[in-house]
Amino acid sequence: MEQKTAHEHEIAHKPESFWTKYIFSQDAKIIGIQYLITAFLMGFFAMVLSWLMRIQLGWPGKQFPWLERLMPNAMEGGVMKPEFYIALVTIHGTVMVFFFITAALVGGFSNILIPLQIGARDMAFPFVNMLSYWVFLASCIVLISSFFVPGGPAGGGWTMYPPLSSVKEALPGSGWGTTLWLLSMALFIVSTTMGSLNYITTVLNLRTKGMTMGRLPLTVWALFVAAIIGLLSFPVLFAGAVMLLLDRHLGTSFFTPYIVVAEQHIPREGGFPLLWQHLFWFLGHPEVYIAILPAMGITSEVISTNARKPIFGYKTMVASICAIGFLSFIVWGHHMFVSGMNPWLGTAFMTTTLVIAVPSAIKTFNWLATLWGANIRFTTAMLFAIGFVSTFVTGGLTGLFLGNPPIDIQLHDTYFVVAHFHMVMGTAAAFGIFAGTYHWFPKMFGRMMNEKLGKLHFFLTFIGVYLVFFPMHFLGFMGIPRRYYAFDQFQSFAAAAGGSINLLISVVAIAVGLAQLIFVFNFVWSAFKGQKADSNPWKANTLEWQAPSPPPHGNWGDELPVVYRWPYDYSVPGATEDFIPQTVPTVTVQTEKDGGEVKDGKVS
Amino acid sequence: MMNSKMGRIDAAFLAFLTVALVVAAVVTVGGKFWWLPPLASEHGKAIDTLFIVTLAITGLVFVLVQLFLALVIFKFAGSEKRRAAHFTDNKALELIWTIVPAVILTALIVSGGRLWSRIQIAEPPEDAFKVEVWGEQFRWTFRYPGKDGQFGRTDPKLISVENPLGIDKNDPAAKDDIFFFAGEENLHIPVNKPVVVYLRSKDVLHSFYVPQLRVKQDAVPGMVTRTWFVVTKKGEYEIACAELCGLGHYMMRGVMVAEDEKDVENWLKDQLTVADVLP
Repeated sequence: MEQKTAHEHEIAHKPESFWTKYIFSQDAKIIGIQYLITAFLMGFFAMVLSWLMRIQLGWPGKQFPWLERLMPNAMEGGVMKPEFYIALVTIHGTVMVFFFITAALVGGFSNILIPLQIGARDMAFPFVNMLSYWVFLASCIVLISSFFVPGGPAGGGWTMYPPLSSVKEALPGSGWGTTLWLLSMALFIVSTTMGSLNYITTVLNLRTKGMTMGRLPLTVWALFVAAIIGLLSFPVLFAGAVMLLLDRHLGTSFFTPYIVVAEQHIPREGGFPLLWQHLFWFLGHPEVYIAILPAMGITSEVISTNARKPIFGYKTMVASICAIGFLSFIVWGHHMFVSGMNPWLGTAFMTTTLVIAVPSAIKTFNWLATLWGANIRFTTAMLFAIGFVSTFVTGGLTGLFLGNPPIDIQLHDTYFVVAHFHMVMGTAAAFGIFAGTYHWFPKMFGRMMNEKLGKLHFFLTFIGVYLVFFPMHFLGFMGIPRRYYAFDQFQSFAAAAGGSINLLISVVAIAVGLAQLIFVFNFVWSAFKGQKADSNPWKANTLEWQAPSPPPHGNWGDELPVVYRWPYDYSVPGATEDFIPQTVPTVTVQTEKDGGEVKDGKVS
Repeated sequence: MMNSKMGRIDAAFLAFLTVALVVAAVVTVGGKFWWLPPLASEHGKAIDTLFIVTLAITGLVFVLVQLFLALVIFKFAGSEKRRAAHFTDNKALELIWTIVPAVILTALIVSGGRLWSRIQIAEPPEDAFKVEVWGEQFRWTFRYPGKDGQFGRTDPKLISVENPLGIDKNDPAAKDDIFFFAGEENLHIPVNKPVVVYLRSKDVLHSFYVPQLRVKQDAVPGMVTRTWFVVTKKGEYEIACAELCGLGHYMMRGVMVAEDEKDVENWLKDQLTVADVLP
């Protein structure tokens, strides 16, 4: 019976034409690559937007005629308009959070890794999976198109707080731009929901024989929990986006009270702006864990493989992932300590927020313990995984300031917040993406990425992000508010922010951005010309390395792999090799001691 | 396998960068080259203390963890001759690094929670000086309750060029209110006396932010929010907007003048009331 099912699958996964194989593909691996490449393009786009912001902040008031030629409206006279600056802030944040980090980690790596690592032939619903990507692509196009509409893109910040976002009179970008932003977000959520359903179903139902939940690689655990979080929290923002659209276009008053904008009366009644903040952050905060959990999973996998050591405390790692997943739903109010919500809620949200630091700390210490006694192989992926730990620690610790409401009074909406989330969520998550890309590139394309270029990319990026984001803590100490187009209107801010810190940040930000071109070149060049990869170039244990590089549609030959052990049997004492793939039966491992048997990492 | 000599160079360089990061962080933070704005409020002292305590704790963890990371990177750089150790967990260790952070965080929760109760949950004293601060794109404006200590009713529907805050002039409590047109006057408040600021907005969200006072509170249209504080130093303080409110967000500047109570009262005596301005 088993045989027949496998055979039927084989027929279903026969070779296809170029269009069905690479474009309208239903093969999870190809969809994953589509997600990943689209996300990289979006990330690059958002990085260019950050360059424009840094040009304004580093050289305020200076004329850039060449920029005026590129963008005659936004850069009239060669100097950026304030409304364009906040549009850049908004779209940079939106794209980085959703269209780069989330799309790459959740859309990209779920598809690339889940079916392969659990020994499935594909996702549970391949057609829905394809649809998920194409709806995502549509949401990207809708968002980018907002640069070409009257009033320009949305400018209310990525949090899109009403009434600034609900009333077109409040801001040029609150016309067409915000409508397109909301439509794009709605499409994005439809896409993520289809994806999440697929990932959850696949992990629960399509694990191959022997692949118990307790033998799942931590990547799959992380992607699985991230999918659950996404499924439960994204639809709340969808509801919010629809309500905001109704407020904007049908005159409802969910979020918009009676207001007067520049002498113009906006006749609404009873709307409550804080309601949006609650709905937004009910997704918005879990969202950072949707992004960081997969990056943590990738880090665990890459560190264990290249340390040649079992991941330390597997069960605690899984428990921490689940604890973070659960707690992520009840911390959202820490974004709202000074919003006007009841201060008693502040106390409650402070407690949950600081509690979530415990599982995060456990994970960090477990990575360090994994590295202790290791035989570290410094691949580019490993460097980025270590970089993840470094930036996650740096950025995570500053969360203890912002999660504590009395301190948050002072630091809220200053550059300290910008420093915090760029370290912990921006950089750390991006490092997770890079680690995953360098590590699984051979599986995706059957070729190796160039390690020399990879390391150059890592070191430039590592130095660069610290030079860009660490000084922002100091701007925050000095009270400099974020989302400010210029600081010259305030004596205290002009003195503090007008100096060399912003100039340094701008110069390095542009340089570290340019360093990403090394990665782009390496990626494209290696996909076609890279050294051919064998099926298991890193000598890793997880199932995907038992399939050819790249695996065919359907992943496995006639028979699905069978799993006999957990994925972290590295450097098992007595075993001849320093790794034992999950497919190796427990009794057949060659041991140096005669008659010894290796079972789940322990010689008996 | 990777070239292990190359690996050692990578390891040394990354460990060096990590140590350099720690040194740079300790020098720049410890040297206080860029620091909190000079303090001018009573409750701000406790906030700054909690900030310093948190900075000390997180700073210590940062230094130890980063240095440990540098150590393991350097010490355990790969070699073909060696094999990694093999251990999968250690209950005692894991218990330690669950409990120690939990204890530290509990201490932070307790101290943060107590301070928060004192400065944000606690009601201001009855005799506090009351003032309303209104935000609108991109200016601040102010209303004082007058002799009766009561703010008159407002209704956004009544807002007009003559009546910028929409004050109901028929409300008896409104007659002696004193209000200003946006940008017309500075905010005058007494020093060494509790001041309650009621925050209101005519249009979008704003946030009343005075860095030297450690005060930040959003102004939300449709509701009244509140913050209170005691200013300890006479002088002028800039009021900034800390919640994105539109294209002029960066220039939404106001000035708070903290002076002796008597001077504030004298100044208020000279101002026109609603009864004078809105006949």
